[in-house]
Amino acid sequence: MKTTGSKAATGGRAYSVWVANRTNFMILGFGILVLIIFIVFPFFGATSWTRRLVEFFCYLALAQLWNLMLGYAGMISAGQQGFIGIGAYTLWLFSDVIGINPLISVVFAAVGGVIIALPAAALVFKLKGGYLAIGTWVIAEVMRLIVANIKRTGGGSGITVQATSEMAQKLGADGWMPLVYWWALASAVIAIVVTYLLLRSRTGLALKAIRDNDLAAESSGVNLWRTKLYTYLIAGGGCAVVGAIEAMYSLRVHPGSAFSINWTAYLIFITVIGGIGTIEGPIIGTVIFYVLRETTSQYGTWYFIALGLLAIVVTVWSPAGIYGWVLKKTGFNFFPLQRKLRFSEAGGTPTPIASGGEEVAG
Amino acid sequence: MDWLNAIIQGILLGGLYALFAVGLSLVFGTMRLVNLAHGDLTVLPAYIALIIVGSTARFNPLYSIPIVMVIMFVFGYLLQRGLLNFVVGSGDVAGVIVTFGLSIVIMNGLQEAFTANSQGLDAGRIENMSITLSDQLAIGWLPLIIFIMAVVVIAALNVYMGNTKMGRAFRAVSDDQEAARLMGINTKHVWAVAMGVALLIVSIGGVMMGIRTTFNPLLGADRLIFAFEAVIIGGMGSSWGTLLGGVILGVAQLLGALIFGPAWQILAGHVVFVVILALRPQGFLAKTVTA
Amino acid sequence: MSLLEIENASVFYEDFQALYDINIKIEEGDIFACIGANGAGKSTMLKTVAGVLVPKTGRILFDGQPIDHMPPYKRVELGISSVPEGRRVFPSLTVHENLLIGGYRNRKGPWTTDSIYELFPLLKPLRKRQANGLSGGEQQALAIGRALMANPRLILMDEVSLGLAPVVIKRIYEAFPILLENGCTILVVEQDVQHVLTVATHVACFLEGRIALEGRPSELTSEQITAAYFGV
Repeated sequence: MKTTGSKAATGGRAYSVWVANRTNFMILGFGILVLIIFIVFPFFGATSWTRRLVEFFCYLALAQLWNLMLGYAGMISAGQQGFIGIGAYTLWLFSDVIGINPLISVVFAAVGGVIIALPAAALVFKLKGGYLAIGTWVIAEVMRLIVANIKRTGGGSGITVQATSEMAQKLGADGWMPLVYWWALASAVIAIVVTYLLLRSRTGLALKAIRDNDLAAESSGVNLWRTKLYTYLIAGGGCAVVGAIEAMYSLRVHPGSAFSINWTAYLIFITVIGGIGTIEGPIIGTVIFYVLRETTSQYGTWYFIALGLLAIVVTVWSPAGIYGWVLKKTGFNFFPLQRKLRFSEAGGTPTPIASGGEEVAG
Repeated sequence: MDWLNAIIQGILLGGLYALFAVGLSLVFGTMRLVNLAHGDLTVLPAYIALIIVGSTARFNPLYSIPIVMVIMFVFGYLLQRGLLNFVVGSGDVAGVIVTFGLSIVIMNGLQEAFTANSQGLDAGRIENMSITLSDQLAIGWLPLIIFIMAVVVIAALNVYMGNTKMGRAFRAVSDDQEAARLMGINTKHVWAVAMGVALLIVSIGGVMMGIRTTFNPLLGADRLIFAFEAVIIGGMGSSWGTLLGGVILGVAQLLGALIFGPAWQILAGHVVFVVILALRPQGFLAKTVTA
Repeated sequence: MSLLEIENASVFYEDFQALYDINIKIEEGDIFACIGANGAGKSTMLKTVAGVLVPKTGRILFDGQPIDHMPPYKRVELGISSVPEGRRVFPSLTVHENLLIGGYRNRKGPWTTDSIYELFPLLKPLRKRQANGLSGGEQQALAIGRALMANPRLILMDEVSLGLAPVVIKRIYEAFPILLENGCTILVVEQDVQHVLTVATHVACFLEGRIALEGRPSELTSEQITAAYFGV
């Protein structure tokens, strides 16, 4: 991929701007192959594995969205569980109360998440940093308490997602789980694609350079408030989708688990361990998190203590996470976000102006 | 009469929230760190008191408070110097993540050590003593003492900040940490003292609440939120504002419980907080302009 | 033994080298002026002496003792005090409280709040005023007074004349001999060459991270200084 630049600026030498090199294209091809395998997986894989992958892709989607808010818009949210819960209950609302097919109700869950995110943003954006984080937590608590206090939703003890359960029973586990799986896979892929496109856009580039400096952002022509708002809305809708998927997966909605702060704990762990601000980071983090979960979660509180300690240790010693460490050592991106400048000699093939693969422009 | 009772109880409850909030606000003011483990650090002292009381027969937990205060001060000093000082300069994200991780560790650690069951501290007759104002109105001694402690602590803190060498150092470091260093202030030490003082303050409220009602490892989350709401409602940078914020929150909660039922108590507080955030985000007595 | 010795010091900001092998000797009783254009490295050198920056290579000796890796607060204890660039008085503290903070490390000596008010009488009526309500000249006097409260043997002044009226600058420089009388050596960094050369005993001219010219002002011509300043 390249775009040509002006001759005048570089004193007569033509230059082009490259985003990806050939290796990146190979990776892209490989990635598409992997994606195809995942799409057809339920046809030849065991249902127990399909179930595991549903959870995996859910966490991956959540982590990408949280990472988007943090790495792209500089916001720390401790309240995404609010949208997860809204998504779950919206699915219940549309499939059980209104009577729409649950697989289609997922879309309404996304809409519900975005609609709720609007007033939430209006309130929460008045705060900054750590206080913003607690503010989002309060909003999530408000949603939880309201839902838990309404009898119709089953109140504090939750309620079965009736219509979905019936559909699941009719199709049987082998028939039902793949449908949930494809929704989970779709949300993870969409989250990754959206994040990649946003980070690669001109706004993304500007934001990367001026992360925490509001003044610099405004003067560079980036409307920071609007960028934050759109990011928050996207994340709200995306998390609501995950909540809906979870509801279809467990066939039950319960305020304590749908709105649990544990979601945030998991997200923080995944993103921090993997690496904030990159797309590969949450992928690596989700893998590690999932492996840890499958092997140690029966130890209950010790599992959580280990998560907490690991997050602390990584933040203090390797703030860029595991992928950040890899990036430093190899300089290689699976998802190329940087632009490289290459000059072409008069009439010749473009040669990189920095040898050794160093990038000139970030 | 029910209304008056709810309001009075709410004001007294506000004193407790202020005791929790002042610590959170002090740490943020001195080092721009929002400590997400703050709530759990208000529960920890009750367990420490439990250990002290449990190991000696017939020891009134009220007398353990000074001991717990000292222990929590030392703990806060070491925590700050050993861990939190490393994230103070690194931006908001590092602080949130590390303190959130700390919160999880403390909460689950307490659960592992003491189980999730509710515990209580028995202080004898004072728990049930009250002042009778009329045949429908009574004020419990314990809630009243807590409120008075809040006022005393805030007044003492103001004197400390205004008139002592360390208090001045807190303010100087809060204004400009690099200039403070150039004047000979060891910021690492000052931050650690500030955290120690904050935890010393919350241990008063933490133990008293352990006496007044039961406690368990999971209370920290709500207490963090109440402290936060009190700070925001009252206005950042003002310690008396924190008392006002706590009182408003307490009254909102108990009036909400009275009107809608006890299940709505916490939600009522959140709703009032949200309304104030929407209409007057700087709070009522704010002194600092930036968050 | 010199009061302050900088030996082959190189200082970096991340990958950018700001000072190249700097060598300076300052004797007790000097008024040592470092001049140079913006970005020449003079403030960087001052910050390195104060302890804000650490040299990648080289040493800094104070009274023969190596201090290059010592944190700033320990250097104040030894007798190095700073008047930072931009004054940086503590805005929420009063004038008097700012002075008290200057004495945080309790070094004994001739300077007390009373003697500071004698040196800068304009501060006395402002004792209880919050520092952010002061004018530029008042803040500068406060910043110097605050630094003196540490009873330093070496005071570091970073661009004290910046943004001040010539009358005010003159009054500040008039205080220098009094500082010397009371046992304080002065290292001053300035962009404004004219004023500082009237009081300096030694001058070093910085250019792009190196010292282009060094000597006593009386022995240097203004052509030499101009050449070193602009690098012609």
